[in-house]
Amino acid sequence: MLIRTQDSGFIHSDRSDITPRAVYEQRRRFLLQGLAAGALGAAPGAFAQSAGYTPAGKLTALPSTRSAVAGAVTMEKITAYKDASTYNNFYEFGTDKADPARNAGTLRTKPWKVEVTGLVAKPKTFDIEELLKLSAQEERVYRLRCVEGWSMVIPWIGYSLSELLKRVDPTSAAKYVEFVTLADKATMPFVGSRVLDWPYTEGLRLDEAMHPLTLLSFGMYGEVLPNQNGAPVRLVVPWKYGFKSAKSIVKIVLTDKEPGTAWNKAAKNEYGFYSNVNPEVDHPRWSQATERRIGEDGLFAKKRKTLMFNGYEAQVGQLYAGMDLKKFY
Amino acid sequence: MAVLTQRPRVNALESLLRQKAAKPLVFVLCLLPFAWLIYAAFNDLLGANPAEALIRSTGDWTLRMLCMVLAVTPLRQWINTPSLARFRRMLGLFVFFYAVLHLLGYAWLDMGFELDELARDIAKRPFILVGFLAFVLLTALAVTSPKRILKAMGARRWQMLHRSIYLIAGLALLHFFWMRAGKNNFNEVLVYAAIIATLLLARTWKRFAGRSKQKNA
Repeated sequence: MLIRTQDSGFIHSDRSDITPRAVYEQRRRFLLQGLAAGALGAAPGAFAQSAGYTPAGKLTALPSTRSAVAGAVTMEKITAYKDASTYNNFYEFGTDKADPARNAGTLRTKPWKVEVTGLVAKPKTFDIEELLKLSAQEERVYRLRCVEGWSMVIPWIGYSLSELLKRVDPTSAAKYVEFVTLADKATMPFVGSRVLDWPYTEGLRLDEAMHPLTLLSFGMYGEVLPNQNGAPVRLVVPWKYGFKSAKSIVKIVLTDKEPGTAWNKAAKNEYGFYSNVNPEVDHPRWSQATERRIGEDGLFAKKRKTLMFNGYEAQVGQLYAGMDLKKFY
Repeated sequence: MAVLTQRPRVNALESLLRQKAAKPLVFVLCLLPFAWLIYAAFNDLLGANPAEALIRSTGDWTLRMLCMVLAVTPLRQWINTPSLARFRRMLGLFVFFYAVLHLLGYAWLDMGFELDELARDIAKRPFILVGFLAFVLLTALAVTSPKRILKAMGARRWQMLHRSIYLIAGLALLHFFWMRAGKNNFNEVLVYAAIIATLLLARTWKRFAGRSKQKNA
């Protein structure tokens, strides 16, 4: 019988599937050399370059140590950097998934400040440099499950959001955390489009925000975040659908009321406040029971089964004990 | 004025359409998107999610072909190119061809060809149901497209059935609209809706104009 403890609760595939860090870094070097030599075929390289997309190995390195947080390092095969940085939902830069990589070059990530305020004893505005040094940077390999039915495995760099929240000392009245992201018409071409209410806002319950798996992320694949992935600082909440993980955060507000969230405001019946990955609660227009792992399975491979809480049930299940997750979707 | 009256009766497009090679050429042109998708699929040019790209672009091409087939009659009248009519059935069959690819893509790449899953998905989700209905109707038009079936059915009944292309267009638009509704992103839907609405209005306007002309005569 297979026994899983709370600590090994993530479901992982064969160990043979693991891509060691050295190998994926080597693959990146190979890709870069290929691009430089024009050996990999003109089309993808030309696309990547004309799109202003920055290949791996070009951004500032962000050193980190492997996280010791329970469930924080899945052994699954890591998604190619090219896929993770060119297939994005970041509506401030366009609604097509190729748009952010093409358009996000205009985003100015320096200087950058994050205001942490609301029901806290010590409100403070942090410079990004200060945030980067606030706690030790850890590498965490998380599954990312998008509400649209696709998934990736991404090595993020950052530290638990709780490290930041502890510094501002939430008062006993604080129950929720609201995240406000940048909405700069000058650099974000789709701010002002009617797709969503800008700025994009997201929210978590305080206990969700304090959970060690909730990551304040500054990098991925050994480097700082590419703009299209939410530079310079974003959230990663691995047991929730991807859109809960707000990008390019400028403000964090602790409140006593459930904050409104961008997608809930745009389509209430489709996107709830919690948005936990749940194969049993379908999106009104498609099933959530399965997902397509980007770049891994062949075109004709069957989609994989979606796991409850994206496979993080052992770590986060207790947060929702007794809750009707059909009602609080 | 003299130039106007001396304008040749057969315009350049019309004479082009009358060429023997015109039909095979249009056939090949209509196959180009399909050929490109095959090429792109084998050369990793479809982005990070090739399955999604294939399903979406076959859907797009179904709509584009539908716009083209609906454009045949109005264009024929506006720019005086009667020979366009010769291409209508072929274009109609290409609507069906891309719709088959679209459905096949969804059934295979999205649903893994699990028939019970498919049936459940179609029954459960209005936007898929609407698309599926459009496909069923389109199938009826495709199988009744040979001339001998037209003869067997009788022109009136055949035409009545084939007028359901308007209904198909409406269902296809609704399918696309619903699919985009979650993201409030209707730009493309509006473009197709505008094209289809213009083509339908052109037809009804022509019909009314034709009738009042008859009355006046």
